[in-house]
Amino acid sequence: MMDTKEKQGSMRSPLARARGLGAAGHGSGHWMAQRFTAIANIPLTLWLVYSIITLKGASHEVFVAWLGQPVNAVLMILFLLSVFYHAALGLQVVIEDYVHCSCAKITALIGIKFALLALAMASILSILKVAL
Amino acid sequence: MTPSDRPLSPHLQVYKPQLTTMLSILHRACGVALALGSLMVVWWLVAAACGPEAFGTAQQFAASPLGTFMIFGWSVALFYHLCNGVRHLIWDTGHLLKIENAYRAGYAVLCATVLLTAAVWGCALKFSPDAALSAPIVSDTLANTTPKTEGWQ
Repeated sequence: MMDTKEKQGSMRSPLARARGLGAAGHGSGHWMAQRFTAIANIPLTLWLVYSIITLKGASHEVFVAWLGQPVNAVLMILFLLSVFYHAALGLQVVIEDYVHCSCAKITALIGIKFALLALAMASILSILKVAL
Repeated sequence: MTPSDRPLSPHLQVYKPQLTTMLSILHRACGVALALGSLMVVWWLVAAACGPEAFGTAQQFAASPLGTFMIFGWSVALFYHLCNGVRHLIWDTGHLLKIENAYRAGYAVLCATVLLTAAVWGCALKFSPDAALSAPIVSDTLANTTPKTEGWQ
């Protein structure tokens, strides 16, 4: 009822009506987050590829000196946050699409989030340990 | 649910493979592969924090034939996922949605993937770590940070 009333001449914007829709009431949040991290991933991964080439065969000393530079430490942490968040969102959709047994599905959905969070935290702590 | 003898509606196997559908599933496959490949980045960073020995093992693996092959696969998946991701972002703005444009962009993505992979591996194979080590800027950085790293060990 509210929908028809709103369509007929409400002051609410289309965006306000769209917010919070969807089966879980999350609206377009997941979709938007996947796009925002995708955009951030473009420069960050290109930077990482460049860095990996310049660090080919580097000794521990050289690598630690490189990661000790604030620019590199910050970019590496941003890369990890953006990429692991993007991976969590993407893997979630893949699991939701192909795993139909609800018990396995929920286990996989929770497991993937825990695993990615743990990996991201381990990497970030390693960066801080080397860089600080 | 009990299985029934009723006919099923046509599924994947009755459709001819098309560029658009193949690229779509390849985007997913590469995304999953990249998530697994990120484990190598994690290993690299954690090994660096653990010390020279662990880092040496990681670098040795990366330089081994298996490691190089994995990194090559990772780079192909990365560039494909990146280029096709840009195609997706363009679609999100409402452009290139006509079928012929979707196909053209698909071929462009495949070309860009090959070119980017070739360019990056061309640079990577040409790059010599010894040259970078002898470059003054790296030795300066090393001199400045060496006392700092000792504090951690």
